[in-house]
Amino acid sequence: MKKILSDLWQIAKKDLLEFRRDRIRLVTFIIMPIFMMILTGFIFPSQNSIKNISIGIANQDNQTVSNQLQTTIENLAPANNQKAFKAKTYSDLGAIKNGIKNQEVNGGLVIPSDFSAKLNTNQQAEVIIVEDQSNPQISALATQTLSQVVNAFSQQVGMQKVNQILTTRVQVQGASAQSFIQPIITKLEGLIPGETNYFEFVAPGIMAMVVMTAVLTGLAASVAREKEQGTLDGIMIAPISRLSIILGKATSQSIRGLIQGIIVMLLAIFLFGVTIHGNIFLVFLLLVLGIFSFVGLGILVSAAVTEQETATQLLFMFQFPMLFLSGVFFPIQQMPSIMQKIAYLLPLTYAIQALRKVMILGAGIMAVRTELIILLVFGAVTLIIAVPLFRRMVTR
Amino acid sequence: MNKEENVIEVKNLTKNFGKFCAVCEVNFSVKKGEILGLLGPNGAGKSTIIRILTTLTRPTKGRAKVANLDIEKKSDEVRKHIGLVAEKIILYNHLTADENLQFFGHLNGLSSETIKERSDRWLKRLSMEEWRDHQSGTYSTGMKQRINIARALLTEPEILFLDEPTLGLDPQTTWLIRDFIRELNKKGTAMILTTHDMHEAEILSDRVAIVDHGKIVALDTVENLKKLVPNIENPTLEDVFLELTGKDIRDTAKKSAPVERRGHFGGPTNNRVR
Repeated sequence: MKKILSDLWQIAKKDLLEFRRDRIRLVTFIIMPIFMMILTGFIFPSQNSIKNISIGIANQDNQTVSNQLQTTIENLAPANNQKAFKAKTYSDLGAIKNGIKNQEVNGGLVIPSDFSAKLNTNQQAEVIIVEDQSNPQISALATQTLSQVVNAFSQQVGMQKVNQILTTRVQVQGASAQSFIQPIITKLEGLIPGETNYFEFVAPGIMAMVVMTAVLTGLAASVAREKEQGTLDGIMIAPISRLSIILGKATSQSIRGLIQGIIVMLLAIFLFGVTIHGNIFLVFLLLVLGIFSFVGLGILVSAAVTEQETATQLLFMFQFPMLFLSGVFFPIQQMPSIMQKIAYLLPLTYAIQALRKVMILGAGIMAVRTELIILLVFGAVTLIIAVPLFRRMVTR
Repeated sequence: MNKEENVIEVKNLTKNFGKFCAVCEVNFSVKKGEILGLLGPNGAGKSTIIRILTTLTRPTKGRAKVANLDIEKKSDEVRKHIGLVAEKIILYNHLTADENLQFFGHLNGLSSETIKERSDRWLKRLSMEEWRDHQSGTYSTGMKQRINIARALLTEPEILFLDEPTLGLDPQTTWLIRDFIRELNKKGTAMILTTHDMHEAEILSDRVAIVDHGKIVALDTVENLKKLVPNIENPTLEDVFLELTGKDIRDTAKKSAPVERRGHFGGPTNNRVR
């Protein structure tokens, strides 16, 4: 056993030294997770944020109340002091529609000329929200935000009116205008303080994915490279156990995978403000087990292929669907039931699920024990199959 | 082990890749301190024989003993007695000569001190001392091959397998390596040497086996092999080789086609193994 461990370490050490000297591989190794995080971070920003959407406003009323509504919309800044809308003034509904056609704006709001008059005469006033049907996502975001602003403004106006009635006409003890305008309100209660964004959802997924790629592709490519170059023969001809050869290579790939996982985690924390609510050691344990669950698969592919290119192609075939099925980017619950069943056959699904529980919800080891056991069993079973197969297949 | 004792014994050794027979019922032996040259056209099965004897490939049928150990049952033990200079150079380009030697030495169970002492000796003998701290990727083919040989000799093996050790090397390096092979042989190292260089086979080998289509078609001393072509005056080993294996190009010919061998000079070949 001691001999196996010492030979294993010699091979892992050699692999890491070789890797450290290969500048191109080293640079790619560091840049890849950074690239991945930055891209994901910027492509999928926090879903609550709305920034600089161009809208057209046609204020045909131009009275105190309507001007107040226009200013509220123009100055709306939900996040980081960045304005939600870039407002442009138009004369009427037709002009806004033309503006949308000409792609000057992504939506609009018309305040009709009788707006203030109707409010003043205690009638229901109306505003028109114009949507750009050619761009459903932006349109939905703009429409939703505009509706919320108008509703809030409408409540304000309503409260003023009810307050007037309450103070001048009705004497009800302790009554507030709010209890008439909005008798029921909802309060959101999460497991952790503050709001989570999409990035907090996606960061654990990317961590698990990067680690998995490093082990699966890295191991197969590394063994295939040694086969191609002929250096594997030099190792195979040494009087050492085949187990130490393959586990040595797996160890160096796992160390690389863990380093990449840590890079992703640090970027998530420092660049994208992700907070890890759970125990950091549990996060590492999950990453290590995630790696363990993939080592067997990596060994199987290493044994089967003789060329790096074949290894990469074969693994891409596995990895690509796994990225989408394991819930890295989208929640599994949104998938059709057959896809969900497939997802639950993949170890990456459990690694991501457990990492999310620990990182976002601050779960402890007991809450992720099922995932831990599944990863452990999956890794052990694939290793038990893979190692003897590797022994046989490399001496075909 | 006395000088007459066989260090390699091969009986009916066969290796099939699917329906293709790469090595077909091969029999031969190598004595302690003997150099056996394996000559054959490309794809004849020479490298496969070496891969089987070095435990890198499993035979389909037959038996072989290396250092009196069964290559299948005692493969781990066999590996303690052999060294391999394969067709492809076994060195890591991003590691220096010293790092390469330390790595392979440790895998072979040697201590750092022993590796250092042996590396010093071999690198000096192969004129590579000054380059020991340079990464192997910066070496010429000849330099790489010299380090490759030093690597194979770290364990001071009693049996050395050399698969085309001077292929693509300049005359100076070729001379140095051949001289070194002779020197090792004098100290008692048995060797199996494959080469396409007839001169090399002639000057280094005690006996030569001519391999074709996975079979040994002749095995004897160079002098005796030359007697197989009585119709040529003062024949060279190349004459013998072409007489026994013919002039057909091998590695692009259909492998499944039945081969009727005609001698280089018109007559049928005599397959002789002594």
